[in-house]
Amino acid sequence: MSERVVAVPPPSALSRLMPGAVLLRLFALFAVLVILLGALLGGKLFNGAAVRSMAFQLPELGVLALAMMIPLLSGGLDLSIIATANLSALGAATIFTHFGVGAHGMAAIPWDVLAILVGFAIAGVIGTLNGVVIAYLGVSPILATLGSMTLVKGIAIGLTHGGIISGFPAFMVFIGNGSVFDVPVVLIVFVLIAIPVSILLTRTPFGTIVAMLGSNEKAVRYSGIDTRRVLIKVYILSALLSSVAGMLMMARFNSANASYGESYLLITILAAVLGGVDPAGGFGRVSGLVLALVILQLVSTAANLLNISQFLGLALWGVILLGVAGVSRVWETVSILLRSAPKDSS
Amino acid sequence: MRNQARALLRTHEGKLLIVVLLLGAFLSVATGSFFTLQNLVDLLTSYSFSGMLAAGLLVVLISGGIDISFTATASIAQYVAMSVANAYSVGWITVIAICAAIGIVCGMLNAVLIGVLRLSSIIVTIATLNVFFGLLMFITHGNEIFSLPDWFGSGANWVVYTDSDQTPYAINLEMIGLVGAFLVTGLLLTRTNIGRQIYALGSNVDAAKRVGIKVFRLNLLVYGYLGFIAGMAALVQAQNAQSVSPNALVGRELDVLAAVVLGGASLTGGVGTVFGTILGVMLLAFLQNGLLLLGVPSYWSQCFTGAVILIAVSLLAVERQRHRAAARRVMA
Repeated sequence: MSERVVAVPPPSALSRLMPGAVLLRLFALFAVLVILLGALLGGKLFNGAAVRSMAFQLPELGVLALAMMIPLLSGGLDLSIIATANLSALGAATIFTHFGVGAHGMAAIPWDVLAILVGFAIAGVIGTLNGVVIAYLGVSPILATLGSMTLVKGIAIGLTHGGIISGFPAFMVFIGNGSVFDVPVVLIVFVLIAIPVSILLTRTPFGTIVAMLGSNEKAVRYSGIDTRRVLIKVYILSALLSSVAGMLMMARFNSANASYGESYLLITILAAVLGGVDPAGGFGRVSGLVLALVILQLVSTAANLLNISQFLGLALWGVILLGVAGVSRVWETVSILLRSAPKDSS
Repeated sequence: MRNQARALLRTHEGKLLIVVLLLGAFLSVATGSFFTLQNLVDLLTSYSFSGMLAAGLLVVLISGGIDISFTATASIAQYVAMSVANAYSVGWITVIAICAAIGIVCGMLNAVLIGVLRLSSIIVTIATLNVFFGLLMFITHGNEIFSLPDWFGSGANWVVYTDSDQTPYAINLEMIGLVGAFLVTGLLLTRTNIGRQIYALGSNVDAAKRVGIKVFRLNLLVYGYLGFIAGMAALVQAQNAQSVSPNALVGRELDVLAAVVLGGASLTGGVGTVFGTILGVMLLAFLQNGLLLLGVPSYWSQCFTGAVILIAVSLLAVERQRHRAAARRVMA
């Protein structure tokens, strides 16, 4: 186990405005990457088309990473996000294709709304199930969500026999592939979700309690807060965000399937941790996560442009995470040495 | 004797044993083909890979860690070993040595990173899973190896029994690997000083350090052991599949984890037995095989598996809560 000594400086007005150590480190990494890749690729990487393609790819993983981040903050984990995304997308897709496409004009709107509501309702049920099993039965989050992941994916495969559902109304295709003033709609959706989540996590009592849960659950319970209800909300929120990600995937591929995006599962944990979310819970900000996502996307787009396999990009993601952890370990050691040096000389 | 039986019933393993026996008995009665030598041999053969890995992962879980990267380790080991076997005229010993060496190196790399970076083991091994798998796919371009050397493809078979239909039943490499992995793991955990240290480390790290256990060295051994088992399991799997594909194994790590946890191992460390792990693997194997034999469409198999995992981990957690409450009452 790691023993970390965290020195807490007194909060001042200035320090609240300054980016934290995690953000600074990520900014440095980002700058190094931009210079390095810029020298290597030049205009090929930093032109409108490449940046736009990055902007199209980032939001899916981004929303999923947000769905993973909230349980991580609370000291848990949600392995069922991908399965939830796919099942709720399949639920919405069924309504869309059976009723929504047949109706035209205004008559289609109720069906479209119903389809999206059904998707959210499915996610709500799965989130509640996760929350109840974790909060009331005391199952560790990894195991509870490992079980619900298998169950939910099993239901999706059982109902669809592994097939795809496709053919959606025009507005879904627009959400997935359209742009407004050259800005992809998916990116707008991501921003519209990331900002409220960020506010929820840092500026509301709920966010504070979630982070406190990750630091010391017992202390929160003894201070008179019903931690179990908070935990249920955490997993419902995670499932609802997964559902949004599922519908984004559905809109982008114009189809839904039981096993889309499975390789994202462990990557979301990687992205969150790289973004400064403490895997043991308690600490982490949406801004760090977004910066980490941009870095990961930059690496994989560059790998793509350099004609190297996307799998080398995957390997690089792992190396970056380990490298960042390594650098901060070295930094810690150096700063401890520096701090103790004057004492030795006196 | 009766006391021993009653004590066994109170443990998780005892309850699981009853569930597995009941499931086996039900399937034997409900389907004619479950309790046949052929089916049981097939089960042993096809679950040898996950069974072996479960034995290795159990050791890591007991030590209080977790490893996600072992499927990538196994993929690298079998790819390298089979490439070498195809290119040069080498024999069993070389192939086994290559798999063992790659497995141990990858496993120990995890332990070194966990020790040096002081990150939690799940994060480090998710990262190394991506590194191992990404590099393997990059170097091999995802190409499969379809033709294995003849001596390897025909494998190790000792026909021990031939039934009236002239169907031979043989002891094969899969069975040897599976039995070997459980036997060695069992001996390591219960009959050696190192085994005691692993339980101690998983139960209470600080106490383990105070009594002089070298945590880093023990972690090297624990993760190296899982790597070694992954290498051996990779060999067995390659023989069973008669081909090597770099992306066939990655993605199965969570299934193995589920089997070990069903067997009663705890993610917080210090708890778990080989017997329980065997039962956990058996439960999932019986369930999946039984559903197929009962004529349930294979599409629904995963749904049932998920339901069983969810119910089992819930029961385990409730049971542990009750134990803890009882302990509190005794203390008071």
